Amino acid sequence: MIDRDEVLHVARLARLALSEQEIEAMQGELSKVLDHVAKIGELDLEGVAPSTHVVEVTGALRPDEPRPCLPREVALASAPAISEDGFLVPSPQA
Amino acid sequence: MSDAEIIGLSAGEAAAAVIAGELDERELYDAYHRRSLEHGGSDALNCLTWVGEAGESGGASQRPLGGVPLAVKDLFCTEDVPSQSGSKILEGYRPPYTATAVSKLQHAGAKMLAKTNQDEFAMGSSNENSAFGPVRNPWDRGRVPGGSSGGSAAAVAAGLAPWALGTDTGGSIRQPAALCGIVGLKPTYGAVSRYGMIAFASSLDQAGPLTRNVADAALMLRHMVGQDEQDATSLVFPEPISIPDGARLEGVRIGVAAELSAGGGIESNVAEAFERTVKLAQDLGAIVKTVELPHAPHALAAYYVLAPAECSSNLARFDGVRYGLRAEPSADSVDGERGLLGMYTHTRHDGFGAEVKRRIMLGTYALSAGYYDAYYGRAQRVRTKIAEDFKKAFAEVDFIVTPTSATVAFELGALTDDPWAMYMNDYFTVPMSLAGIPAISIPCGLGGAGLGPSGEGLPVGFQIVGPAFSENRILAAAHALEAAIGFDSTAAFA
Amino acid sequence: MSAIEYEPVIGLEIHVQLSTATKMFCGCELSFGEPPNTRTCPVCLGLPGALPVANEMAVHYGLMIGMALGSELAPRSIFHRKNYFYPDLPKGYQISQYDEPLCRGGHLGEVRIHRVHLEEDAAKLIHVGASGRIHGSDASIVDFNRGGTPLAEIVTEPDIRTAEQAAEWLRLLRVTLRRLGVSDVNMEEGSLRCDANISLRRAGSEQLGVKTELKNMNSFRFIERGIKAELVRQEKLLRAGQQVVQETLHFDPASGRITSLRSKEQAHDYRYFPEPDLLPIAISAQMLQQAREAMPELPAAMAARLVQEHSLSVESAERLAFSQELGDYFEAALNASVDPAAPPQALANWLITDLSGRLVEAQAPAQSKVAPAALAALVGLVSAKRISVGAGRQVLDRLVADGGDPAAIVEAEGLAAMDDGEQLAGIVAAAIAANADAVERVKAGNAKAVGPIVGYVMRETKGRADGGEVNRLIAEQLGA
Ligand SMILES: [Mg+2]
Ligand SMILES: [Zn+2]
Repeated sequence: MIDRDEVLHVARLARLALSEQEIEAMQGELSKVLDHVAKIGELDLEGVAPSTHVVEVTGALRPDEPRPCLPREVALASAPAISEDGFLVPSPQA
Repeated sequence: MSDAEIIGLSAGEAAAAVIAGELDERELYDAYHRRSLEHGGSDALNCLTWVGEAGESGGASQRPLGGVPLAVKDLFCTEDVPSQSGSKILEGYRPPYTATAVSKLQHAGAKMLAKTNQDEFAMGSSNENSAFGPVRNPWDRGRVPGGSSGGSAAAVAAGLAPWALGTDTGGSIRQPAALCGIVGLKPTYGAVSRYGMIAFASSLDQAGPLTRNVADAALMLRHMVGQDEQDATSLVFPEPISIPDGARLEGVRIGVAAELSAGGGIESNVAEAFERTVKLAQDLGAIVKTVELPHAPHALAAYYVLAPAECSSNLARFDGVRYGLRAEPSADSVDGERGLLGMYTHTRHDGFGAEVKRRIMLGTYALSAGYYDAYYGRAQRVRTKIAEDFKKAFAEVDFIVTPTSATVAFELGALTDDPWAMYMNDYFTVPMSLAGIPAISIPCGLGGAGLGPSGEGLPVGFQIVGPAFSENRILAAAHALEAAIGFDSTAAFA
Repeated sequence: MSAIEYEPVIGLEIHVQLSTATKMFCGCELSFGEPPNTRTCPVCLGLPGALPVANEMAVHYGLMIGMALGSELAPRSIFHRKNYFYPDLPKGYQISQYDEPLCRGGHLGEVRIHRVHLEEDAAKLIHVGASGRIHGSDASIVDFNRGGTPLAEIVTEPDIRTAEQAAEWLRLLRVTLRRLGVSDVNMEEGSLRCDANISLRRAGSEQLGVKTELKNMNSFRFIERGIKAELVRQEKLLRAGQQVVQETLHFDPASGRITSLRSKEQAHDYRYFPEPDLLPIAISAQMLQQAREAMPELPAAMAARLVQEHSLSVESAERLAFSQELGDYFEAALNASVDPAAPPQALANWLITDLSGRLVEAQAPAQSKVAPAALAALVGLVSAKRISVGAGRQVLDRLVADGGDPAAIVEAEGLAAMDDGEQLAGIVAAAIAANADAVERVKAGNAKAVGPIVGYVMRETKGRADGGEVNRLIAEQLGA
């Protein structure tokens, strides 16, 4: 059972605002799912290697060759708030 | 040709007709365009989120895909065309570039006709998690088409597009294909580039075809596979994809696993259709063996750690800075935050739907300090065991077959308030996703007397699974069975 | 009872911007002051659907750094995601390395290396304050030009004991990296950034104290001052019986004050996990071979060789080895076959003191009009006493001004040392006669008073006379 404080801590890590009802619901739903998920805790996985990638090949590297960049107006086109040359955000220092 | 005749052609037949000069590609495109506008909107099937302009075609009559119209799942980035991944947080977002899978198909002569509705960020098995409303199943508009590629499946089943592009993370191509009575293929992980696919779970996501028949699936896949310098996880496909034509399964060894033929809450009518089809395979010359996949029943639990963990990180980029929705805390801030932090938490609170929030929370929790080993670490080890199980099994048999989904299409709203019950829809499809191996779902008949337009039931899917890069063999076997089954995938045309 | 002695324990974390042509995970060219947000693409903007692909040159440079530091190079190395939200981090995570870094262990000088790993740089946040207020709060502007620049993060073991040693060691690391050619290592421009982990422990004890992390000191001076200030702060706390709190600190060089950087609210839980968009990097024998072939002689090794082969003083050897310009010029001059030959130490002195001293600031000797062979020839002439030191300096002035061949200049200017002892003796006699008062004082025991007499001789001989010989003759003629 995951408690209210854990829900709030995780929501903070995930940068998610949760309303009171959402906190309530989340507690119940996460706990249910975690109960099912916890069943893998019963398996004996002694000495089993974790698979980070199913395909057991190693990664292709990219040659250090320039590719065209986006024009600034294209880069900024979808931003919710911009100055003439950049993305505008509430200041972290504020 | 009349619209009815045109729509009656499979994608492969239509391409051939255009290339042979028997059919004008504009006629072909416009026939589907009219149907898409008529039946694709929110007043009807709600399976399309964007439809191109009429006459948006030409110049492809000599290309292998002859200008055949293509419906594309919303989460594929398509330049200057809305690509929203079913989410409010990306509402109206038009990317500056096009996904590799889409551009390869376009280069081969496919014409993008529409973008299709989906579960938000591909998280769902019923297409009820879309910010743009649920998609309706053409076989019964009171029921779900499955998910997350439900819009693509519905569009093909309703004849609004000859074929569609979808993605599969834990069953998101195969399960909706099953519930809509069409063919859906999840390729080997790495066979198709993920570049430009708005990610759900990077180590599992794969693009694949949803089509009316197996030959079309092969034709589309042929023009999708290949290594992409922009996707480090993409691989060279070892052989060209051939168009299947065989009708027999002489000597083919087919494995049935107890863990994946019963259990998982399987309905009797689905079980019956499955057994019928296994019998049919025997009649075609196949040798049926039983195999063991001891860890398969744990796949769902591992999946619901790994996929949410990856999604919690993949969706962190939706922060209201460079694109998409930005919400500033209102006078009464939901969580009391203001400034930058408040912008983050409110943008994500307002922009994400309930299921996406649930999985972000789940994944963040599973990766957080003190829980990593118990959840993520163990899930990765279960994943290793599942891959090993399949390797062992494939030493004994050529394919493993399972039902695609435990049930036929269920009613809208039936499972929406029980997350785990909804997750159980992926019981038969998740193990292959974790192992990164290819699997196809073909319609194997109807189940559930009294259901469906004819009252003879709703479509049931039959899943054929092979080892990595066995797509050609899977398609050949699927083609032979398809012919013997004789399922009519135009039965639900709008 | 005597007061407790505390011993500083200092470790450094250095972020080095690698001088590749393109970014770590995309094909955007690195930015050098281009207009904001003109060096971006879907990958480094973190657009939906974009995927990273690692830059092979960055891996190559990483391997060279590992080799230079004597690290163990991992045959298989993987990238991890470091998850946190900040406007300069477009994806909400930084692609870095965690438990399988590219290089482990090694040492540079007396300081052991803990690890070296590759990662991507953050973008630049410009605080525009009230001028760009959004919804009542101050605003910042994000410029993604720098975002995604390849970084090598070098982490040392806590082997450093003083602020001076930290700065000294960082200088050695800097010249080493510069010689490798993997980075501009310019602290002011941020291509070399240093954080310090600082703690105090009871002298002699193995028990480490609580450490603080001092962030981003962008010059050697600040590093020294910052660490000093933090050590003082910690010692005050401990002596007052208080605890040092583990936190990230910022040193303000202007005020000399140290302030806490991150607010408590930001609980740090980076949720590292393997980057699923990148497969493990396998370091092939070929990659190792290429890195090995690209390795130049490193400054420390060159200094040792100069001492060993040419018996230079350690000081001269390090001056030459730790400055690529001086070192290369020195070896070029040394290899020029001139007759009479130039003794290495003399050549080093003339290069370090006389030539460098005559060049307008920061001009490399190689850029001057003085060819290495010319300097060697000049030093050869002086050392063989063919010309006097003073004449040699005059020749060097001419070389710096117009270049040319020393022998020819000596010839043209008639600066050859005078071999005719008689003639010099005469001039000395004349000098003594002309400086009676100086002679008085010298006789009175004031040795310095000989100056005017020597000056007279040098004027008469245009500096061609050998200083030693002149002094000998003066002493002789004064019967001293
Ligand atoms: Mg770092
Ligand atoms: Zn870029």
